[in-house]
Amino acid sequence: MTMKKTRIISTLLLALVVLVVKAQQTPGAKQTQPISIVGATAHIGNGEVLANATLVFENGIITAIGDANTPTKGTVIDASGKDLYPGLIALETSLGLVEVDAVRASDDEDELGDFIPHVRSQIAYNAESKVIESMRPNGILLAQVAPKGGIISGSSSVMQLDGWNWEDATVKADDAIHLNWPSSFSRGRWWLGEDPGLKTNTNYPKQVAAIKEFLEQAQAYNKASSTERNQVLEATAGLFKGTQSLYINADTQQEIIDGVQTAKGLGIDRIVIVGGTMAYKITDFLKENNVSVAVAATHKLPPTEDADYDFYYKLPKLLSDAGINVGIHTMDKANFQTRNLPFFAGQVVGQGMDKEEALGMITLKAAQMLGIDDHYGSLEVGKSATLFISNGDALDMRTNQLDAAYIDGRSLSLETHQTTLYKRYSGKYGH
Amino acid sequence: MKLNKLLVCLVFSSFGMVSAQEYFPKHDGVKVKNNNFYAFTNATIHTSPSQTLQNATLLVHDGRVVSVGTSVQIPANSVVKDLSGKHIYPSFIDAYSNFGAKKPKRASSNGRSAQYEPSREGFYWNDHIMSDQNTIEGFSFSKKDAEKLLQSGFGVVNSFVSDGIVRGTGTLVSLNLDASNSVRVLSNKSAQYFSLSKSITSNQSYPTSLMGSLALLRQFYADSKWYAQGKSQTKDRSIEAFLSNKSLPQIFEAGSLDNLLRVDKLGDQNAVQYTILSGGDSYKNPQKVKASGATLIVPLDFPKAYDVSNPAEAEILSLEQLLEWNQAPSNPKVLEENGIPFAFTAHKLKNPKDLLSNMRLAVAYGLSKNKALEALTTAPARILKQSNIGQLKAGYLANFLITSGDLFEADTKLFQNWTQGTAYVIEDENDVDIRGNYSLAIHSTNLKLEISGSKDKPSVKVFKDSIKLNSKFNYADSWMELSVDNEDKSAKYLLSARIDKAGSFSGMGIATDGSDFKFTATKDANADQKSDKGQQYNTHELMPVSYPNKAFGNIQLPKQQTILFKNATVWTSEAAGILEHTDVLVKDGKIAKIGTNLSARNAQVIDATGKHLTAGIIDEHSHLALSAVNEAGHNSTAEVKMEDAIDSNHPGIYRSLAGGVTSLQLLHGSANPIGGRSAIIKTKWGATADELVYENSPQFIKFALGENVKQSNWSSYSRFPQSRMGVEQLFVNYFQRAKEYDKAKKAGKDVRYDEELEVLAQIINGERFISCHSYVQSEINMLMKVAEQFGFRVNTFTHILEGYKVADKMAEHGVGGSTFSDWWAYKFEVNDAIPYNAAIMQREGVTVAINSDDAEMNRRLNQEAAKTVKYGGMSEEEAWKMVTINPAKLLHLDHRVGSIKEGKDADLVLWNDHPMSVYAKAEKTLIEGAVYFDLEEDLAKRKTLQKQKGELMQMMLQEKLLGKPTQKPKTQETKYLSCETL
Repeated sequence: MTMKKTRIISTLLLALVVLVVKAQQTPGAKQTQPISIVGATAHIGNGEVLANATLVFENGIITAIGDANTPTKGTVIDASGKDLYPGLIALETSLGLVEVDAVRASDDEDELGDFIPHVRSQIAYNAESKVIESMRPNGILLAQVAPKGGIISGSSSVMQLDGWNWEDATVKADDAIHLNWPSSFSRGRWWLGEDPGLKTNTNYPKQVAAIKEFLEQAQAYNKASSTERNQVLEATAGLFKGTQSLYINADTQQEIIDGVQTAKGLGIDRIVIVGGTMAYKITDFLKENNVSVAVAATHKLPPTEDADYDFYYKLPKLLSDAGINVGIHTMDKANFQTRNLPFFAGQVVGQGMDKEEALGMITLKAAQMLGIDDHYGSLEVGKSATLFISNGDALDMRTNQLDAAYIDGRSLSLETHQTTLYKRYSGKYGH
Repeated sequence: MKLNKLLVCLVFSSFGMVSAQEYFPKHDGVKVKNNNFYAFTNATIHTSPSQTLQNATLLVHDGRVVSVGTSVQIPANSVVKDLSGKHIYPSFIDAYSNFGAKKPKRASSNGRSAQYEPSREGFYWNDHIMSDQNTIEGFSFSKKDAEKLLQSGFGVVNSFVSDGIVRGTGTLVSLNLDASNSVRVLSNKSAQYFSLSKSITSNQSYPTSLMGSLALLRQFYADSKWYAQGKSQTKDRSIEAFLSNKSLPQIFEAGSLDNLLRVDKLGDQNAVQYTILSGGDSYKNPQKVKASGATLIVPLDFPKAYDVSNPAEAEILSLEQLLEWNQAPSNPKVLEENGIPFAFTAHKLKNPKDLLSNMRLAVAYGLSKNKALEALTTAPARILKQSNIGQLKAGYLANFLITSGDLFEADTKLFQNWTQGTAYVIEDENDVDIRGNYSLAIHSTNLKLEISGSKDKPSVKVFKDSIKLNSKFNYADSWMELSVDNEDKSAKYLLSARIDKAGSFSGMGIATDGSDFKFTATKDANADQKSDKGQQYNTHELMPVSYPNKAFGNIQLPKQQTILFKNATVWTSEAAGILEHTDVLVKDGKIAKIGTNLSARNAQVIDATGKHLTAGIIDEHSHLALSAVNEAGHNSTAEVKMEDAIDSNHPGIYRSLAGGVTSLQLLHGSANPIGGRSAIIKTKWGATADELVYENSPQFIKFALGENVKQSNWSSYSRFPQSRMGVEQLFVNYFQRAKEYDKAKKAGKDVRYDEELEVLAQIINGERFISCHSYVQSEINMLMKVAEQFGFRVNTFTHILEGYKVADKMAEHGVGGSTFSDWWAYKFEVNDAIPYNAAIMQREGVTVAINSDDAEMNRRLNQEAAKTVKYGGMSEEEAWKMVTINPAKLLHLDHRVGSIKEGKDADLVLWNDHPMSVYAKAEKTLIEGAVYFDLEEDLAKRKTLQKQKGELMQMMLQEKLLGKPTQKPKTQETKYLSCETL
């Protein structure tokens, strides 16, 4: 055998090994037998806790939840001393759209164009992503997958994180359109010799007018029944019918108020503010307009030099205490960081938020923002059996230790590319 | 007015006191010499800042002062100027000016690939060393610019080309409009200038950073010394020029307090005391400025108040910005109080005319008049080692100002500015003050004329009975012109009169119908003179300076206390493990005692029941609190020091304390295989950069491998190495050279000092430790083999995300691993990064730390440690060691910090909950027994912050109401740097 041939063969072998090692964990099979989980502390997701609970699910649906006297069915899993949670839900992620941040070829989150609601994340979702499989062992079972960039970035979809393909993984297609509201402050272009700091954005009114113009056109187009098809404007139809949400990324009072007023003025009712750094100053306005806020992942540096060191730790509490529906988004974070979602919520507990309320931000409240709360977000009869068992408090790093997880009743693999390597090298050293 | 000025100029140019060079032939007329004198009599003459003569005479001849005093003999051939009621001052000197200097031209960009070689031959290897640049060579006297300076009171400026790191020589020039450069250039090479910013005329890449500029200067000084000793085999015109200018005044542009201290340190290392261009911020720490021993050149530039009338806009302003506006005008006073010698400069002033009003403002804030005058006259003369300017004494240049009165009074005007005996008229002093109320008679009509406003630009109101008539008015060059409409605007009268003296006047007029007429204006009474006061210098209340001077700063630095923690759960990070119900006594900055039922006199007792006490967290990998992170101009930069780039005012320090972090290794970035030397600091919020650094700090250097050093993720293809293969060879090459350098030195050979090789030799000799940025197993293994080849050991692999793949080899080599808890997937080389890495390495016998490399994660390292419990099942005790004693061991600081042990530094954190819980908060963070963070104190600071900002904004609103100029709110940005920031 020549050297060259040897090399080719070993390359092939290597490729095979890599494929074997790197292949995604196999999605769980459809639930065929009823499963009962007994003895756990059940965190319902709506603020309630049920000690020593029994939960039964059949054909992917929760059929019973109650105290220890609740009759069990099928396979009984003893979860005494453990905690039972609804699957955690991540908002505004790029899961499945980006694999490795620095590798451009693996990045599908940002399309050309300023107003591109027709661009849809759903079909680019890479169900085989190794980053996605690393979510499950931390309890994150559902995610909104959203495009980024431009002014209207595109349409997101809600996915469950254990699918064979995007179609299979889709929970709700095109649930929302994502709008980056212009900033009321702009940064100097230092490369043109301007001061790099922030100053009032003098183009703000123009930029706002452009958004308003686009949405007015969209509204007009969607009122007509037969006109030449415009795939861009058509993609916004759900906004005006109330079947799609508008996620507005805005931070200052002015941006939030302008964004909400503009949308409401055009008959868009389902609005979520993303970010909302200063939203705590206008909670009455948000309540009056029934607007939810998806705040930034709390592990974030304070917005200004003068801000309290714990500004983002406590922001969700400030909003929640004022009666605002609060969730947590992870779009500012690198993709892989989404697995820390439970800890972003846990951080707020240190600021005095009730633990169950903190859990609600990443379960039921998030489901409500996504419009999937009739099926997901809490452990209630009739809802999907999308849940997990943890050896302890899932919001704390030390104790977030999953034993089992289910999506629509399917038992999931909690193995990942990372656990595979862990086992391989632990084996090498005989640990 | 303009015509007048021109006339004066013409007059003086024809009878100019200073004629052309005497040995020059003249072809356009007869050659004569003017031997007349000028005598300025009856003036108040300020001969120097400390001497004022009343009713005195100044005698000038041939551009110089002949004599000055109260009994001066006035020669017969004198032109006598009676200056009764007027003052004479020496005109001002600016030691820091770019007047007439050639403007540097920006080099055209040469695309994506950086230029590593110099552009010139026969000079120093770095283009930014421009010691051979002489301002005089491209100097061009600009009359327009000279007039601006003359109008501001300057007579002499020291001018230089503001470009490059060593900038070459400046030129001292008198602003005499009526002479050639042969007369007004007082010194061709008057001073040598320096800065930390590289030249815009060259694209040579190095240095790209603050610490690179300083390293370049250190090496240049060393090379110059070597050259001066005649040891160089080659010619270097940069060094030769530098050496020949060594005895000139050495003036360094620092620009900020931090840079001032950096620059002064550089001077100390090379036995040079620079005169330093400071910022206006010395008041933030005058003691340190004083200790530098430097004379300062201070820009008289004060920030304008922000327009805070729109609260949404004002929201972005920081307390630091507001304080700067509030406190900056007191800077000159603080300098004087602290005995810091200084001169003023108009540098940075958009309009040099603001100099006078800013100086008066500084005086209003307590600067003495003498000191102010000194800072513009004798102080710059002293800096420039000039003995014939800055005062009015026999033999000095006749450079002086004639003013309407005391220079420091708000309404005092500068009339004339004489340079070398030549007058420049700033403001015509002959205009009559015509303000007042007049009865104006036109034809048979009687009108009332009210002239008010400023003396120079008065305005009028014309009334018929009580009805105000439409009118236009102009008064200049001894002529007043007035047009008045009649009541129904059907007719217009144009009036003009020459005014030669105050009081009533009369003149001629033309009506719209073409008829002409005479008119008289009879003066009734003087107008209110108060309106002439012009700008008032009202001051506002000064806010106290804190350390650092911004939000959450300390009015006083925390002091060491005796503290007894009672009944805590103590995480010792030692063999003793986790001790319940235990007391810890802190005394004299140390952990004095650990036990139960402890008591101590005078101790502050803290009930820690239910709370957890741990050692302060140590972050092995941080870039917090740095002004720059990468010197990316070379692939090896062992010569640079992160200690040169510490930003002690960085708000991240306080936030770090709030997360229980007490020590940081500030590492160079990962742009180069061989990076710069680390700064290991404690998070002593409020201390200066030097005070943050550990005493007798262990010596570290950053190395890096992989994608960053081969520049994989950006388009750059011109620098070696571009592959991991090249990285190995680069290391071998540098270590081999260092080894030979060291060998030659040890053999007593005369070796040219090379800071880079010195540092690398320290590594080989075990005196300096490597912390190496690393990802994949191949490169990790490679560096260990290179080290073994040169007989040393790698101290730490940082990041080390594939450490688990070669953990056995690491343990054998004896290298530690400092890693992320769970980061991965951000670039190709971290595909196989796993959160179980720490656990596997630890089990294989590697000393493991969890680090942050991130300002946000830095303040939650307790939580990151907890992740090793989740991933890999570390015990909590072992997990906690990964952010305390283990990083201390990796940093060779475990004898001082990292655990709770008697005798160690009292760097402690009191947590309200299990320290690794996501719910835990640091309640108190101590460094060496002083409380640097306290949760309750933090709440108080938040309140103070709001209160101060409110008060300052009120002051600014007031300023706007008074009609003072304001600026739109804008922010300064806080820099958060990472490994990859270039």
